[in-house]
Amino acid sequence: MSQRPTVVSLQPSQLAGAVAAAVRDGGRFAALVARADRGGSTVLRAVAAISGQLTTFETTLDPGVDQYPALTPAVAAAAWYEREIHDLFGLRPAGHPRLDPLVLPLGPGAEHPRPGRKDGPPHLEPDVAHLPSHVSGEGVFTITYGPVRSGVFESVEYLVETPGEEIPHLRTRVYHKHRGLQQRFSDLKVDDAVLLAERVEGTASVAHAMAISQALESLGGVEPPRSAKLIRVVHAELERVAAHLDSIIRHTEGSGQAVAYARMAFHKERILRLRGRLCGHRFGRGVVVPGGVTGPLRISLTEASAEMGRIAEAIAADTAELMTTPSFLDRLRGTGILPTSVVAEHGALGPVGRGSGLGEDVRKQRPYGAYRFLEFTTACFTEGDALARQKVRIEEIAQAFHLARQALDELPQTDEGPWRLELPPPDGVEWGSVEAPQGELLYLVEADAGRLVGVKPRSASFHNLALFAQAFRGDILTDFVFIEASFGVSMAGVSG
Amino acid sequence: MAWVLRGLRDGVVTSPYPRRPDGYGDGYKASVSVLAARGGRAVDDELAGLCPTGAIRAEGGLRVDRGRCILCGRCVEARPDRFAFDASPEVAALERGAIVVPPEDDAAVERVRVELSRRVRFLRRSIHIRHVDAGSDGSEEWEVAALINPVYDVHRLGIYFTATPRHADLLLVTGVGTAGMAGPLRRTYMAMPDPKVVLAAGTDPISGGLVHPSYAGADGIGSVVPIDVFVPGSPPSPFSLLHGILVGVGLLPSTPGSLGSRAAR
Repeated sequence: MSQRPTVVSLQPSQLAGAVAAAVRDGGRFAALVARADRGGSTVLRAVAAISGQLTTFETTLDPGVDQYPALTPAVAAAAWYEREIHDLFGLRPAGHPRLDPLVLPLGPGAEHPRPGRKDGPPHLEPDVAHLPSHVSGEGVFTITYGPVRSGVFESVEYLVETPGEEIPHLRTRVYHKHRGLQQRFSDLKVDDAVLLAERVEGTASVAHAMAISQALESLGGVEPPRSAKLIRVVHAELERVAAHLDSIIRHTEGSGQAVAYARMAFHKERILRLRGRLCGHRFGRGVVVPGGVTGPLRISLTEASAEMGRIAEAIAADTAELMTTPSFLDRLRGTGILPTSVVAEHGALGPVGRGSGLGEDVRKQRPYGAYRFLEFTTACFTEGDALARQKVRIEEIAQAFHLARQALDELPQTDEGPWRLELPPPDGVEWGSVEAPQGELLYLVEADAGRLVGVKPRSASFHNLALFAQAFRGDILTDFVFIEASFGVSMAGVSG
Repeated sequence: MAWVLRGLRDGVVTSPYPRRPDGYGDGYKASVSVLAARGGRAVDDELAGLCPTGAIRAEGGLRVDRGRCILCGRCVEARPDRFAFDASPEVAALERGAIVVPPEDDAAVERVRVELSRRVRFLRRSIHIRHVDAGSDGSEEWEVAALINPVYDVHRLGIYFTATPRHADLLLVTGVGTAGMAGPLRRTYMAMPDPKVVLAAGTDPISGGLVHPSYAGADGIGSVVPIDVFVPGSPPSPFSLLHGILVGVGLLPSTPGSLGSRAAR
């Protein structure tokens, strides 16, 4: 039941073998993160989930060492992580099949930011000359789509290699939005770091604030008050509803369902307004703080519950109609199929995993806060297409309302605290994990005598987007919008 | 039930704004105001130190730079006698100095307004917007996209989003201004025909917000494209964005509360 991972310390040469063995024995590769030490060494941490419980494999590269045996040859899901580490730290994972730049393209010999160290470079210009742009085959050409795209989207560039209609190959460039967040975190005080966490992936602000707070709480050995845990659930579940509605909205827009689009967009606006009424912020920022929450809900519990009931009913009626509308279903059914084997090998998270039969959910496997005693079910489908991912979201919306209203019922009628407990100055290394709308969100927090040494968020968006190119099996250009929307990725969480 | 009937289910949900005030502003944190500017230098310096983004200035009386403020509310919580949340969504301004409250110089703002209004006099009935994300956290895009939902429905005001910068009158920019987006942002701006207006949507594109300073840029978009309209917020609400757009094309004056919600508490 504990969130606290088992820690295994290794020599750099043992890391790849140990992670490969854990994955071979049925574990799920969850993350690989690095942090530069002020003394010049680099700490590498790989995370594997074994029957839902986290194990971290740690190793330290001495100053001047910039190579270690790559994980990717045995664990393909590590490919993007090693590319990110190469960009940010200048490390060379020996044996990596394709070490293309990911979040920060830099030329050979360039200085790397090495987050965590003192006095890093003040400015680094992305060097796009070092991005690969190779395409071959008879009649095959590349459509560059982005970073400025047709509509209101976050910036990302897709290189679609196509003979005209099919998409045999696709590459994703995510460096445009890179904000240097890992380095920024290590400059901040604890309370400010929580504010930055809310802005790592702004559409999952509550989840990010919860994950970093939970890491700090377990470092301090403090359990938030019961009411605070319940309030966190209310906000986290409404955030899930909003994010899932956003994905559905983009499906309805792509399939030209004008009325359904208007209805879903209206429901989403109602959710954001309800969240605004509950705390004063439409994205729930400023609610979750280490040790608890900032205060009670701003409207009465009965009023909040009644409004949730009304919105839940309206969404249920409209999604039921949508799921019997042939012109909508035809676009999603069989589109962007991810077979269970592919999803399992990659360890896909959230609705992407649950649409292909991988039913992992942090709320069930490592229950935290009020999820330990609230009742809910995890949705899981096996078809693996965009429609299955949509069905997961629709069921999760219903379950999210169910959870949020249970939490309201459990909250005491009186607005009496305490809402927040004081934490001792953090010291040590800890992970926080929550089920964000996009899937498992991990936070690594390292502190030394009250000062943050390193904070590294690992969003489900980053992990899942690596799988995006594999969802195009015989799909054509007009399917693109559905496959992208069904992933429900926030680019802010990918680029870091 | 057919979709056409379903569409009629909730009647008209569209906001009357800007023709009439919309009551929704109430209770929503849109900006921070200074209630008492004078409190003694030592106290003011301490209050300035509270702010995670350096938005509070102590010299010559307490001021809040809304272009840096991320609305975390730490100052309001610590000193409710000196700072307060303001709920009016009409926070846009045409000059950087005008979003520092209380403002220092009104004459400069008036000059900028007259110049902009001359430039945009042909844009008032049909405005096409090109959005560019220059390193946002993702929430700004939700609020921008909300403008075309049935509640805000900006099409009723002749405002449209366009895919191509060649058709665009207004460049709406979100995000902190990363080094990786500087080129695409500049090229989008260059591809737009004159006259054009640049709107910075949120604290991030104005100053970089909490992400500033960073090796990846993140000091706002002002060094890449010239900002005409400053809309503070983290993220700015759809009403704040709509007000900013209307101010940008000269359809609304930039003094708060003139036509829309007067919901400040």
